[in-house]
Amino acid sequence: MKILVCISKTPDTTAKIAFTDNNTKFAEAGVQFILNPYDEWYALVRAIELKEADPSIILHLINVGGADADPIIRKALALGGDEAFRVNSDSGDSFFIASQIAEIAKQNNYDLIFTGKETIDYNGSSIGGMVSELLGLPYISLATKFILSGTTATINREIEGGEEVDEVTLPAVVSCQKGMAEQRIPNMRGIMGARTKPLKVTEPVTAETLTSIDSFELPPPKAGVKLIPADQPEELVRLLHEEAKVF
Amino acid sequence: MSVLIFLDQSEGHIKKNSLEAASYGAKVAELMGTTADGIVLGNVNDDLTALGGYGLKRIHSFKNDKLNHVDAQVFTDIIAEASERIGASVIIFSNNFSGKAIAPRLSVKLKAGLVSGAVALPEISKGFVVKKNVFSGKAFANVSIKTEKKIISLNPNSYKINKAEGKAAVVEPVIPDPEIRTIVKEVNKVVGEIPLSEAEIVVSGGRGLKGPENWAIVTDLAKALGAATACSRPVSDSDWRPHHEHVGQTGLAIAPNLYFAIGISGAIQHLAGVNRSKTIVVINKDPEAPFFKAADYGIVGDAFEVVPKITEAVKKMKGL
Repeated sequence: MKILVCISKTPDTTAKIAFTDNNTKFAEAGVQFILNPYDEWYALVRAIELKEADPSIILHLINVGGADADPIIRKALALGGDEAFRVNSDSGDSFFIASQIAEIAKQNNYDLIFTGKETIDYNGSSIGGMVSELLGLPYISLATKFILSGTTATINREIEGGEEVDEVTLPAVVSCQKGMAEQRIPNMRGIMGARTKPLKVTEPVTAETLTSIDSFELPPPKAGVKLIPADQPEELVRLLHEEAKVF
Repeated sequence: MSVLIFLDQSEGHIKKNSLEAASYGAKVAELMGTTADGIVLGNVNDDLTALGGYGLKRIHSFKNDKLNHVDAQVFTDIIAEASERIGASVIIFSNNFSGKAIAPRLSVKLKAGLVSGAVALPEISKGFVVKKNVFSGKAFANVSIKTEKKIISLNPNSYKINKAEGKAAVVEPVIPDPEIRTIVKEVNKVVGEIPLSEAEIVVSGGRGLKGPENWAIVTDLAKALGAATACSRPVSDSDWRPHHEHVGQTGLAIAPNLYFAIGISGAIQHLAGVNRSKTIVVINKDPEAPFFKAADYGIVGDAFEVVPKITEAVKKMKGL
């Protein structure tokens, strides 16, 4: 069995969000970049668990990005995985990125493709769905639990107000979120081993972009908090009713 | 070049998020000088003609037991066929769980650029530019869709439902029996609770509440307000509350009209999931809690004393 996990580089969750070049570019100066938490904590760790249960599983990682993504990919390899691909491109929209992933997937015939539920920078939640359509595979989105039995997967996925338990025959694409696995810290052996694992850099195939970002903006600052004395809760309720008009 | 809105249903009823999408889609159609249709998959008990009240001209209803649950692949194929047949140039989803499953697939199938998580109407004078949330609610991006066909998925609670009088025509196209590849074995829904993603008011508790046994003050206030309950990450990580209640950067991102944060300090990751709430109330005994900076109203005080009094005041005002 072969599994592909899609990983992305994102700003740290505490990074200051600012823009340059007339609000057309994210200000990267001084920002620490990390492995997208959904990709790392849920998609990658669950795939590693599957490989631990069945060492014959071959686990590949893929990133579409520039050379500055290599430290992130090495960190992912330190957690686990046999080898990684980096498609050398740091531009393009989600359709372009999905097209690159689908191309590598076609060459390697994966039984299972995992993505995180979304990246914490562009929040598109689109790559998994797009890859599945490009490959003509079933897509289970927002999975919270994944059990593999032969070529059948039983997957819990979140729906409004609850969960659905789905059964699907592989190959399939699954987007992963909280519940799938627990965050891990790479150990020294993993970090040392990751240095010699193959990281294959390939050039992107021709693909269109369907969208482009014209500009960014920051939300207007809050006017400031109105503090109400702790002994006057009725005043808070009155303000919410008469001023904020929320109920 | 009409507009087509996917109307998501659950247990026979059109979801509230989809009515927002319908109102939004009708407005997009008006801006484009065209009409808006809706598409419903599965068996729905609601009166579909009443969807005309949201500005929809026709409803394409695909009745079939096999379509009562979302299979992303099958739904994509049916929506793609319908949109081609009626000549839809803009397709609108709610960016809810179903929208996230279907819209990206449809984008590939129709080669239609997708903006997911839209928060405003498209700017048509500038081409077709849609404002969406990025950086987990900390910023917006204005995204141009460059393709002839376009897909927008609208963030829940970002557009007000517009209801007037009106009747839609209902058409029931006949399709071949769908081939479902994802088998739904079980559906487990929390009964009697308002789903977080649809709630207009959310009452949320954090570590400051000290343990799951103290949650009654949160649930009592939620009950009085008709609100959903939520929690911060440490609370769900400690299993004080179920995982689906976790709001924040790595949990659910929500944008209710009112968000009550009780005993939550307001870490940047938590704020990222809730800062689009229209009004934020923070109750915390620490006056230095960072959440106060993001709040509209605040009370510095002991939640165990303050919150039950707020609940009483709410009940009194509502005459409960």
